[in-house]
Amino acid sequence: MLRDKRQEYLVALILVGPFVLIYGALFVWPTIQMAMLSFTKAPLIGTGDWVGWDNYVKILSHKLFHQAFWNTAYFVLLTVIPNTLVSLVIAMAVNRLKGPVQGFVLACFFLPYILPVSVVFLTWNWIIDVQYGLVQGLVALFNGGQPISLTRTIPLFMPTVAFVTLWWTMGFNILLFIAGLRNISPEIYEAASLDSAGRWRQFQKITWPLIWPVTALVLTIQLIAQLKIFDQVYLFSIGGRQDATITLVQYVYKLAFQQNKGGEAATAAMLLFLMIIVLSVLQYQVLRARGEK
Amino acid sequence: MSAEALPNREAVAAARSRGDGPIDVIGLALTAITILVALASFFPIYWAVITSIKPDGEVISGSNSLIPNRVVFDSYIHIWNNTNIGIWYINSMVTSLIITALVIVSSAGCAYALSQLDFPGRRVIYVLILACFMVPMQALIVNHFVLMAQFKLLNTWAGIILPQLIVPVVIIVYKQFFDSVPKEFREAAQMDSAGHLKILFRIYLPMNWGVTASLAIITFIGAWNSFLWPFLAATGEATMTVPVGITQVKDAYGIVYGKLMASAVVAGLPVAVVYLIFQRRVTQAIMLSAGVKG
Repeated sequence: MLRDKRQEYLVALILVGPFVLIYGALFVWPTIQMAMLSFTKAPLIGTGDWVGWDNYVKILSHKLFHQAFWNTAYFVLLTVIPNTLVSLVIAMAVNRLKGPVQGFVLACFFLPYILPVSVVFLTWNWIIDVQYGLVQGLVALFNGGQPISLTRTIPLFMPTVAFVTLWWTMGFNILLFIAGLRNISPEIYEAASLDSAGRWRQFQKITWPLIWPVTALVLTIQLIAQLKIFDQVYLFSIGGRQDATITLVQYVYKLAFQQNKGGEAATAAMLLFLMIIVLSVLQYQVLRARGEK
Repeated sequence: MSAEALPNREAVAAARSRGDGPIDVIGLALTAITILVALASFFPIYWAVITSIKPDGEVISGSNSLIPNRVVFDSYIHIWNNTNIGIWYINSMVTSLIITALVIVSSAGCAYALSQLDFPGRRVIYVLILACFMVPMQALIVNHFVLMAQFKLLNTWAGIILPQLIVPVVIIVYKQFFDSVPKEFREAAQMDSAGHLKILFRIYLPMNWGVTASLAIITFIGAWNSFLWPFLAATGEATMTVPVGITQVKDAYGIVYGKLMASAVVAGLPVAVVYLIFQRRVTQAIMLSAGVKG
């Protein structure tokens, strides 16, 4: 019996070993290192003096950090709620369809989601190109026949990138919503249509309340994902005034890799880290509340 | 009046559920709109493909024809001859496949131990996985970079692979599935004095083959698509992955549009093909990892 137990521990060690090694070296250790680095005045590679909370004071009052924070918040606002609503509407529309038509329509909406971000960037950068882009015909209608660069005109930058992000990521949300809609029993709708409840009333009284848990899930997943935004904002801003459209992860990137300020970059990363942990705990609570219901 | 209307109403509802009766005009209109919007959503991808097979002259002629007048593959030939796209492809393929294999094997093992074995430290591992869910990998870029620099792994396959091995959701999904395998299977195997490793590889993994396929496919797509870390870890043109490489090289292009679209098509092709072949598996994996029952 004791031999059995010892053997079980040994097997457990073999099975869990790779995980412990990987997560220890590439998750726990870098996290500790990040916390340590954030209190020093170190370059990206190398060591520096311990400066206590100085970096935190400095970053929190840094104008560019505020810019990055508000840009990120703006981007979250422009993506999270519109994306959730548009996805819900499309999911309901797709859910009514049947058979191969549904499969085809769903694939059309989902295909963008599995593409690499740089493919999304290149494709849309071509569509909105100032000289030959397809969208410029539409832009000209609103701008007296003149083309506008949608990514070099600062007020248009975030809405444009948010729109592209919506196109790129809504497939994921649509999928979750469709799964949720399929879980609503068709009998409820049949009962409602016997009472000749119109489409809007059916949505109000049945679909919306019953789909709400999925909506909450989609909202929180989006919120956390968009706070970590870097790729498309960075790509669309190459060659432009990057500071004006900087986001939080991009700010960390700039400090570390463009200005060689390892300590300050780690501090900014810590702040981002804390923001996301707070939101994740919140998300966990929301999901648990949903599980209990 | 209502007494008279009632049977009629029921008849309409019954007819509607049978799919015949008066033509549902609103329904048809909704279907038409849905299909149009779906086509609009697909259009940018179509446009990228079409642009990549048009001659340069046609691309910048402003005609914007939806079907190319002449199909040419000049753009593809140009990027093949003038960029390192072949090398990027090898880099992407190798790193994505190794990431997939390592993540699946290490996660399956860990999940089996968590699900079926009793050993000290289980709780610690649980907490670690949960913590990992909450920590944004984007916040760790600085220290991943420092770590990889210390071990001289920047601009190597190992440097691109290692930080991408953190995919905690795979362990969680595996554990859920292993938990639901009836204990009798394990007990019967243990009667035949089969060891745990044998039980894992002969019973638990084969029983959950579909899940493994789904998780592997989505891990592969994620690894192929990842941008930020490979972008930081690979600075030399010879070590870049496809998604990074195609955003870095523009100088040698002349009229760029067709060539950029050709590189985009080439970069998106593997994941698009994987998705179109394994559509069901991909959607299943996404729902599993989001914690939604499909």
